[in-house]
Amino acid sequence: MLDTANLSKIIEVSNLNLWFGSNHVLRNVSVPIYSKKITAVMGPSGCGKSTFIRCLNRMNDLIPSCRIEGSILVDGKDILSSDTDIYELRTKIGMVFQKPNPFPKSIFENVAYGPKLKGKIKHSQLVEKVEKSLKDAGLWNEVKDRLKVSAMELSGGQQQRLCIARALANDPEVLLLDEPTSALDPQSTNTIEELLVSLKNNVTIIIVTHNIGQAGRISDFTSFFYLGELVEYGPTENLFTVPKDKRTESYLTGKFG
Amino acid sequence: MNKNKIRTYQNILGVFFLRFLIFFTIFFLVLFLYIIFSKGYKVLSWDFISKFPKDGMTKGGVFPAIYGSFLLTVLSVIFAFPVGLFTAVFLTEYAKPLWLVNAINISINTLSGIPSIVFGLFGLAIFVNGLKFGVSLISGALTLAVLILPIIINSTVEAIKTVPKDFAEASFALGATKTQTIFKVVLPAALPGILTGTIISVGRAAGETAPILFTAATFYTRELPSSIFDEVMALPYHIYALVTEGTKPALQKPIAYGSALILLVLVLGVNLLSIFIRSNIRRKRKC
Repeated sequence: MLDTANLSKIIEVSNLNLWFGSNHVLRNVSVPIYSKKITAVMGPSGCGKSTFIRCLNRMNDLIPSCRIEGSILVDGKDILSSDTDIYELRTKIGMVFQKPNPFPKSIFENVAYGPKLKGKIKHSQLVEKVEKSLKDAGLWNEVKDRLKVSAMELSGGQQQRLCIARALANDPEVLLLDEPTSALDPQSTNTIEELLVSLKNNVTIIIVTHNIGQAGRISDFTSFFYLGELVEYGPTENLFTVPKDKRTESYLTGKFG
Repeated sequence: MNKNKIRTYQNILGVFFLRFLIFFTIFFLVLFLYIIFSKGYKVLSWDFISKFPKDGMTKGGVFPAIYGSFLLTVLSVIFAFPVGLFTAVFLTEYAKPLWLVNAINISINTLSGIPSIVFGLFGLAIFVNGLKFGVSLISGALTLAVLILPIIINSTVEAIKTVPKDFAEASFALGATKTQTIFKVVLPAALPGILTGTIISVGRAAGETAPILFTAATFYTRELPSSIFDEVMALPYHIYALVTEGTKPALQKPIAYGSALILLVLVLGVNLLSIFIRSNIRRKRKC
């Protein structure tokens, strides 16, 4: 069993409440995220799990009707405070979306996008960065001879790994993944799951999934959301074998979902 | 007759009717092209497109009119494109405050509904007399720019709207600001549509007569314009003048048709170019 005492927390969410207009979407969510571990965010559709991870890189700022209370400490600093540099935050906390969304640019330009935003960078450094990111995302061998080709020519699974490489090129500390495999076939899903496990030596991973099996296979910690509440949180092993809450148990046994 | 047979006959009749309507359209297009070509091709020669008119417009070429039309068109797009592009970006990406958005939308719709001769008078009042540019290349180009502005704005707005929100979201998630996202992701993705709209407006600017009637065009110049404050000859106005003015209509008419043919080929050529550019970009991106 995981001993949490020796682990360092990279993110500490406390009493997080979120409204879209008058709709109370997240209710009093408090949860730690441990560094260099995979935390699964699990729950039925509409339970607020995507909204939750979008708080962590302030993507909900794009929605005008959104109101947030509580605190989210990242490396000890509250990112919800008004003096947070959200652009820097989003390079530190990268994100991969449900539907692969590479830019209609070349494979190289997709990965180089983040590093180029930070300002002038030597071409040789950029090439190195792109190569390293693609290698980390397990895509290098498949695309090294056609970096100039449009990313739209890749398969769905490759596109998603390209999106992971694109996020990794920013050297993030945390990677948020919002149901990254739900649009993919089982083979590609498998590849990405293996990739995520290999990545956790370098980055902290938070993955939203409504696939119970996926949470069980790859995560160290699991949080179970239901109707905007964090029902249960704990090491995946514990939560899967002896769930404390009735709702967690019935979700895991497939009584609703 | 049973019901099925009636339906079959109805179908056949319906399809026949649709075909008839399509042929009707094609018929007029072919007839139109035939008339312009058959009456215009005789005067075509290298001298016709490279020489000045001679003997009171009854001989020689139309080079200064081609050159003038080219300058008017290029200048008007240079003026209208940046204004149109930024207006479209504002309308799609910022769109605040509401009264300003409404004011812009009403202006665009009103502008696109104004008859072109009124643009001519507007240009005369503002650019020729008001700003004292005189009857000149710049007055005509600015008048045409106002005329094509709604086309550029509308097509750019449509092009930007077709860019999936996913692209912008991905860009924000990588730490890009809104400005970076617009210029590095949204506008490049909208480029084929923006180019198409711009090139359509080129065709429109090249073909308009009324807006340049009082603002830029002249029946005859001995020399090519040496500055943007000179009068110019232009193809549409040249055609108009050849048909309505001058002393020897019988000799002028074939030249008018020849000029019309050149104008037609140029505008169609520009449109073909736009299709070519667009399909090229799309092929490169595979989307």
